[in-house]
Amino acid sequence: MHTKTVPGVVTKDRVVIRFAGDSGDGMQLTGDRFTSETATFGNDLSTLPNFPAEIRAPAGTLPGVSSFQLHFANYDILTPGDRPDVLVAMNPAALKANIADLPKGGVLIVNTDEFTKRNLTKVGYAASPLEDGSLEDFQVHEVAMATLTRGALEETGLSKKDAERAKNMFALGLLSWMYHRPHEGTERFLREKFAKKPDIAEANILAFRAGHAYGETTEAFAVTYEVAPAKLAPGTYRQITGNTAMAYGLVATGQTTGLPVFLGSYPITPASDILHELSKHKAFGVTTFQAEDEIAGVGAALGASFGGALGVTTTSGPGVALKAETVGLAVALELPLLVIDVQRGGPSTGLPTKTEQADLLQAMYGRNGEAPLPIIAPQSPGDCFHAALEAAALAVRYRTPVVVLSDGALANGSEPWKVPDASTLEQVDPGFATEPNAPDGSGEFWPYLRDADTLARPWAIPGTPGLEHRVGGLEKADGRGSISYDPDNHDRMVRLRQAKIDGIPVPDITVDDPSGQAKVLVVGWGSTYGPIVAGARRVRAKGHHVATAHIRNLNPMPANLGEVLRAYDTVLVPEMNLGQLALLLRGKFLIDAKSYTKVSGLPFKAEELQDVFFDYIIGLEAHA
Amino acid sequence: MTIELGFPGLGSGGLDLVPTTDAKQTAKDFTSDQEVRWCPGCGDYAVLAAVRQFLPTLGIKRENTVFISGIGCSSRFPYYLNTYGMHSIHGRAPTIATGLATSREDLSVWVVTGDGDALSIGGNHLIHALRRNVNLKILLFNNRIYGLTKGQYSPTSEVGKITKSTPMGSLDHPFNPISLALGAEATFVGRALDSDRKSLTEVLGAAAAHRGSALVEIFQDCPIFNDGSFDLLRKPETKDQRLVAIRDGEPIVFGPEDNRQAVVQDGFTLKVVPADGATPVIHDAANHELAFALSRLSDQDLNHTVTGIFRNVDRTTYDDAARAQVRAAKDKNPAADLQSLLDGRDTWTVSA
Repeated sequence: MHTKTVPGVVTKDRVVIRFAGDSGDGMQLTGDRFTSETATFGNDLSTLPNFPAEIRAPAGTLPGVSSFQLHFANYDILTPGDRPDVLVAMNPAALKANIADLPKGGVLIVNTDEFTKRNLTKVGYAASPLEDGSLEDFQVHEVAMATLTRGALEETGLSKKDAERAKNMFALGLLSWMYHRPHEGTERFLREKFAKKPDIAEANILAFRAGHAYGETTEAFAVTYEVAPAKLAPGTYRQITGNTAMAYGLVATGQTTGLPVFLGSYPITPASDILHELSKHKAFGVTTFQAEDEIAGVGAALGASFGGALGVTTTSGPGVALKAETVGLAVALELPLLVIDVQRGGPSTGLPTKTEQADLLQAMYGRNGEAPLPIIAPQSPGDCFHAALEAAALAVRYRTPVVVLSDGALANGSEPWKVPDASTLEQVDPGFATEPNAPDGSGEFWPYLRDADTLARPWAIPGTPGLEHRVGGLEKADGRGSISYDPDNHDRMVRLRQAKIDGIPVPDITVDDPSGQAKVLVVGWGSTYGPIVAGARRVRAKGHHVATAHIRNLNPMPANLGEVLRAYDTVLVPEMNLGQLALLLRGKFLIDAKSYTKVSGLPFKAEELQDVFFDYIIGLEAHA
Repeated sequence: MTIELGFPGLGSGGLDLVPTTDAKQTAKDFTSDQEVRWCPGCGDYAVLAAVRQFLPTLGIKRENTVFISGIGCSSRFPYYLNTYGMHSIHGRAPTIATGLATSREDLSVWVVTGDGDALSIGGNHLIHALRRNVNLKILLFNNRIYGLTKGQYSPTSEVGKITKSTPMGSLDHPFNPISLALGAEATFVGRALDSDRKSLTEVLGAAAAHRGSALVEIFQDCPIFNDGSFDLLRKPETKDQRLVAIRDGEPIVFGPEDNRQAVVQDGFTLKVVPADGATPVIHDAANHELAFALSRLSDQDLNHTVTGIFRNVDRTTYDDAARAQVRAAKDKNPAADLQSLLDGRDTWTVSA
């Protein structure tokens, strides 16, 4: 019989928890719920879901392991954390795949029910690690989660199998107790998720409460932990993933531009959730079209843009490759188009569920001919919202396709997001052409007569009388827009299209160099923002100097970038590719940019970057 | 899981939502200032002339008419019409037209394509546009050859075709475009000969009036690389025995007065017999199986070539349904508010 004990409460600044189990164990849902509870509580947080591309790899095997890591703190944090403080392992495979990341002294919570001889053999354990002493460096909590869940659900009449499926909620209940998380949200969520199966909803809630009660009543857990709410900038916050933020940004573009949003898309990991989310928001005038392939997705989007909608296509690297010819057509037509690329590991099918930044050069140069377009890369999940809005503003103002480079880590990762005030979002006037514009007074419409400031051409949509005109992929005569094979005209048009993109004003890059004494400048782009800044903080905390700058507008680049780069002895570019931005910086600015690269499918770790930064800083000091 | 969508709109016409005009329009109004640059004798001239004559008869506003093409000789078509137009990329015109027709209900959208553009590089888009039944009209110019790339065999060339890329004869079996369209669930399928202005115009008129995807195959000659490919259907001494013109509700009989032939049922298919004493099939454009059997009446040899409207049925169009869903969502949530979307359900406030 258990007696109720009151455990000691330990206060912590930050905690990293990793839930790991089989693909069928519901680890992503468990992580999502813990994240929501944590967000509601007011901690800052950052998450890293990590799951296989297979929907259900064979149960209990290493390839089938799915995990969700969550970092939360009482201050602003930037990464999902390098190594977990707490590892929840739902089976031997999850233990084997993750234990190397748990530091000595870390908390390990194991679901012992799955540690059968058969499951141990499946992943190559000769003896149970729970018995052979190999885990003695950790604080191990052995919990028979399936048995306890089944017991808690005995009276529901559910089958053994159905009852055991709720064991992830047991684990969530236990962890929620350990970290003093609020649980009203989870109970409400379960009731809504299983609204059509109330018995399953109640079973999950019972399991969740049983996990909580288990923590409270056993003596196994001597302490619980408190992580106070973070002191974030004042405002209203919510938790958001990159894909959701991107989808909301696209909905918002309909409001800021006044244009109907038309999404043409083909399902692809890890971008599909944007299609799913947008499909729910037709009430905002959003049309979603699931096309027969990637090419049709972008083709339909471009067709909609020709008709005066804001055409959008969402995809990942392989889809960008397929869409390249149509994006080139959009460059020639000079029509607005948003191409959202949620990058994943490549080449080819690569690592569909893992992150990478190796599409930068594809976005920049992956089309035939000289086909320049603006590129924007968000730096955090919530920032995807703003990136979508900025991309739409450029697309509409400059009549151009724009690529937004998100990635798998941003797409599925989440963070607290300061909810923007919708009434303050910048409005963009599409400025459709309504009148003939020929400078010769002929009363004709010249579709390629450019605006003197922006070099953008007029956008005359079908249904506008008197402005009937033909566009197409063949080279157009400057101004009039009829087909032209004239050599000088082609040379002029190629340069005009380039000049239009080069002339887009983008904000100056800002450098974070608190001491003003740094000699090493770390330049990043996209999702590496978090680990770069976290790594830099660690360096500074140890009394050293390092500067950071993050490039959001990758094309055109900020006007002051060359000056900024040349102000430092060393420019270091960490990237999740083999040095694509470094190549661009070297080519454009003739500087000896150093690359630090990793393509493991996982984000950089703060500690890893700190060590790399130190190598350069100390190297310079040694030469000083 | 499926749900009953319950969309209205069957029985309406292809142009019902397109603004009309009472102003008199002529072929000249639909002629752009661009010089036509097809080879002398190209069948495209005849089709262009027919279309320029035909468009004014629709009574819709010229600015609400859009022609989208892919790549190939026929795809230059939009440049020669004074409507809105786009000469896009190889094979992709149906995708662009799908996006345009879905986002704009007030347009009459036409796709001009060829046998290489529609059936080779763009085959996938063609079949999906047809099955979706997007309200757009596809004019498929079939000359059984690649003209613009200078004379390679196409997916409708006969087996054994000697071309630059197949000096020992082409190997692959051709498509039957009508069978393909019917197999792709097309709701309107027709065929005409470029030089037969009257029946071409009739088929175009029915296609324009049809709400949904319409495929019109137009037999057309490439005088440079595949000259005379349809001569059997043109020469006075052979054409009457070979052309089988069909019309909804009428018996299928053809041939010169002294040698009338009838199309009769033969088990699961059709055959041609002397009309005398035969019971000809009555054409029914709502009968999918009959349409398919008619499309198989002869293969590439043009023995018995059916022209006219094979199939013409009502089915909810993709674009109408897509717009209805947007309207339904707006009706259900008339006060859709961006701020409440952004706020979501679980917010917390950090105070200063």
